[in-house]
Amino acid sequence: MIAYYVRRFARLFTAHIDGPLLGSVLLLMAVGLVVLYSASNAGWTRVSGQMVNMLVALVVMWIVANVPPHFLMRLALPVFVIGLVLLVGVALKGEVINGARRWLNVGVTRIQPSELMKIAAPLMLAWYFHRYEGTLRAGNFVLGALLLLGPVGLIARQPDLGTAVLILASGSYVLFLAGLSWKILAGLGVAALAGAPIVWSMMHGYQRQRILTLIDPMEDPLGTGYHTIQSTIAVGSGGVTGKGWMSGTQTHLDFIPERTTDFIFAVYSEEFGLLGNMLLMGLFLLVIVRGLVIASSAPTLFTRLLAGAITLTFFTYAFVNMGMVSGILPVVGVPLPMISYGGTSMVSICLGLGILMSIHTHRKLLHT
Amino acid sequence: MPKLLFSTGVEFRDSQREQQQFKVRLTILSAFVVLMFALLLARFVFLQVLQRDHYHTLAEANRISVVPATPGRGVVTDRNGLELAYNYTGHTLEITPSKAGDVDTTIDSLGEIVEISPRDRRRFRQLLEESKSFESLPIRTRLSDEEIARFAARRYRFPGVEIKARLFRYYPQGEMFSHVIGYIGRINQKELDRLDEDGELANYRGTDYIGKIGIEQSYERVLHGTTGVEQVEIDSAGRAVRLLSRTPPTSGANLVLKLDAGLQALAYKAFGDRRGALVALDPQTGGVLAFVSRPGFDPNLFVDGIDPQSWNELRNSPDRPMLNRALAGTYPPGSTFKPFMALAALTTGKRTPQQTINDPGYFQFGNHRFRDDAEFGHGAVDMYKSIVVSCDTYYYMLANDLGIDAIAKFMSRLGFGSRTGIDLVGEAAGILPSQEWKMQRFKQKWFAGETVSIGIGQGYNSYTPLQLASAIATVANDGVMFRPHVVDYIEDLRTKVRTPVEPKPLRNLGLNPDHIDTIKKALVGVNKEGTGSSVFAGAEYTSGGKTGTAQVIAIKQGDKYVEGRVQERFRDHALFIAYAPAEKPTIALALVVENAGFGARAAAPIARQVIDYYLLGKGGDGTAELKRVESTP
Repeated sequence: MIAYYVRRFARLFTAHIDGPLLGSVLLLMAVGLVVLYSASNAGWTRVSGQMVNMLVALVVMWIVANVPPHFLMRLALPVFVIGLVLLVGVALKGEVINGARRWLNVGVTRIQPSELMKIAAPLMLAWYFHRYEGTLRAGNFVLGALLLLGPVGLIARQPDLGTAVLILASGSYVLFLAGLSWKILAGLGVAALAGAPIVWSMMHGYQRQRILTLIDPMEDPLGTGYHTIQSTIAVGSGGVTGKGWMSGTQTHLDFIPERTTDFIFAVYSEEFGLLGNMLLMGLFLLVIVRGLVIASSAPTLFTRLLAGAITLTFFTYAFVNMGMVSGILPVVGVPLPMISYGGTSMVSICLGLGILMSIHTHRKLLHT
Repeated sequence: MPKLLFSTGVEFRDSQREQQQFKVRLTILSAFVVLMFALLLARFVFLQVLQRDHYHTLAEANRISVVPATPGRGVVTDRNGLELAYNYTGHTLEITPSKAGDVDTTIDSLGEIVEISPRDRRRFRQLLEESKSFESLPIRTRLSDEEIARFAARRYRFPGVEIKARLFRYYPQGEMFSHVIGYIGRINQKELDRLDEDGELANYRGTDYIGKIGIEQSYERVLHGTTGVEQVEIDSAGRAVRLLSRTPPTSGANLVLKLDAGLQALAYKAFGDRRGALVALDPQTGGVLAFVSRPGFDPNLFVDGIDPQSWNELRNSPDRPMLNRALAGTYPPGSTFKPFMALAALTTGKRTPQQTINDPGYFQFGNHRFRDDAEFGHGAVDMYKSIVVSCDTYYYMLANDLGIDAIAKFMSRLGFGSRTGIDLVGEAAGILPSQEWKMQRFKQKWFAGETVSIGIGQGYNSYTPLQLASAIATVANDGVMFRPHVVDYIEDLRTKVRTPVEPKPLRNLGLNPDHIDTIKKALVGVNKEGTGSSVFAGAEYTSGGKTGTAQVIAIKQGDKYVEGRVQERFRDHALFIAYAPAEKPTIALALVVENAGFGARAAAPIARQVIDYYLLGKGGDGTAELKRVESTP
């Protein structure tokens, strides 16, 4: 009798969990803790802190996985509007920390509305295109692009180039998947090339410097080039097999800046080498492939678009971070998903993955 | 309901098409993902396989710093093992000006934590001017443990300020040995250039100090040792994290001097407040037993860099404490020159010991009358008496008979007018006058009248106390001459091998033993029944000696020198040369007491004290001041 209830409860508890996705996430988290332990010089404070972050993120993932997609759909517009209002609030009276206006004090605590936008933007766009399913015209795409560019512009102005790029990417994936015509895409490509000088002129000095640094890091080896040079040295000197866990000289002699957060991949790569990199890319691919499968089998346009965008955003995180650490992309503040220390990104990524699970586990219900 | 069917059909197809299109786009994006990951993988392969060695080298260069391991400087001891210069570990508070920001503010706030005296500030200012801003310069030396702790607790407030453990040079005996031991000081640009020329620069990486004068300078190479190399792992802030490998430095060799510290201390004290110099040699080896120049100075002032005020005091003092009188001070030898003149007369055959002259109290040369000390003369004077009573007339005549060039030729064999080659830098050559010398020096011919006063050690004659000591030592040693040397042997710290410094004779003058015997008998006579007899009365040994009084200013024709009338600075110098025991001399010395008047009165007593101590161990209370190493600063 008790066994029955236990089993029933267990079934209820795990009903909306996607096994393959959860498995790869747990593997990534395990790798993350191992690297973090080394990156924080065998210190337990960060590792235990990160464990708490992971626990919270997993709980959030479970909750979201149990929320049916149609409920999410109802949330799309209000969440987006709230996000937008908060972003405007930040622009007007946000708190400046480290030279960037990213935080908003809401009395109890400080929040970073751009994090909310990471989910709110693709959610909104997916909802919008779903609403006009079957009657989509060019006008819808223009409005969709505007909906996207609003928050992206506000975030880029903070300035937070990393988040802006990620949100732009996630929104763009929705537009692309929703069927943005190739002609417009080609036109946008041309416009982007033509607009580059204008964007350049609007950029902050340090942002320009980061791009210049990418072209020639040695131009400013102790300034903006320092991060790239030292992280590239860490990656390169790792070789095929790596220097071994806890044995990275670049890491432990403090040559890698931000080594528990944005540059944690340099630590990993130095200590585990090319083989380790391949393992990590493999784990990321597991999540991505599973996400793409979920997207392609999703029942409605909303869920398809949302699942596709979340998966590809996840990919973008990983790619941009690893690209930046290995010196092929400019230094933008993008964490390595599941590995970098920090609760916010951990929770927002798991929230996305929870949505993927929800989409997958609720698909039959929606078919009827 | 065909229409409915149709319409739903369209919708269905639309939806179908849309789903189809979505899958196409998703596939495109999947391809994009694969492509980007492939790009990333290519980048990893490039970095970690193809360029791995390059980045490995960079990472190693990042973390490894090659640091010189400075050798310990050799210790200098006297013949009995008493430390005259040694090292101790002390803590200094050092500022790197380029990292510290405003130096004055930094020093002010440091002053609240550790005591910083005005002298420290002045000294630091001086260092600052002489050094480059990235060098670490000491503001305080010899920090107490408490001061170290106080600073350590507040070090975060002081970027560019560090506590360093350093080996310090210390000269426990202070000014008594200052001129002979010398001191070390911070390496200056000139010395750097010279090290570079000698190819020694690499060996001095990590060394801040170099010998400036004295033994510290002349034995720099030996004392310094060989610098080792340490490979140290450093972090990004340049702090040493751990030692990777080490080629140990080879410490400098120790120097054991021939010098007897007790003798030196006693001799230094014997001068009292007088200025002067004394050199005592072992006539059988040329080893320096005592090397005194008074006043001295505290060599420890120079080790951390001397402050301008102390430096000015030393430099502007009328007593000229920085002058090494024994080595670089030159004095007319006065009557101490006479025995050498007599030896020259015997060797050249100008006189026999028995030949007598009649001394009326003066020597008439043309219309110039050269006066004798004794107003009415010494009567009949032979060679023995000429030395014992120090008869001037005898030597006026002798000099006139010999001629200046014969005198110069003989005296140069005894080492007058040329450097002895002692193992100290900065030796003066003195002046041994000759026709050639005068022509070179003044572009003038020699006047025969000038030769006369040369005979009694006046005129152009000017020699260092060291030269005088070397000359009397050579006579005492029967004409066998040694190069004077302060250091007895060099002791390798590791192998304990002792390398003696020049035990071989420099030259044998080949003098007739009978001639030497004659001179020695007369010198013994001086201390027995002559000008030195009162001072050496009751000595338990026989000794030879000769007094001398050197004029500082010329006395006008017909005037008589009266001590009380002459300003202290212009009074005569008192000189004395001596050796003992007469049978087989083990000590020979020369000394000068500046402006002290008659040699027998001012100089001879010092010689007596020195010989009494050296031969009999008497009067050792001067050695009580000597500090053993146990009493560290």
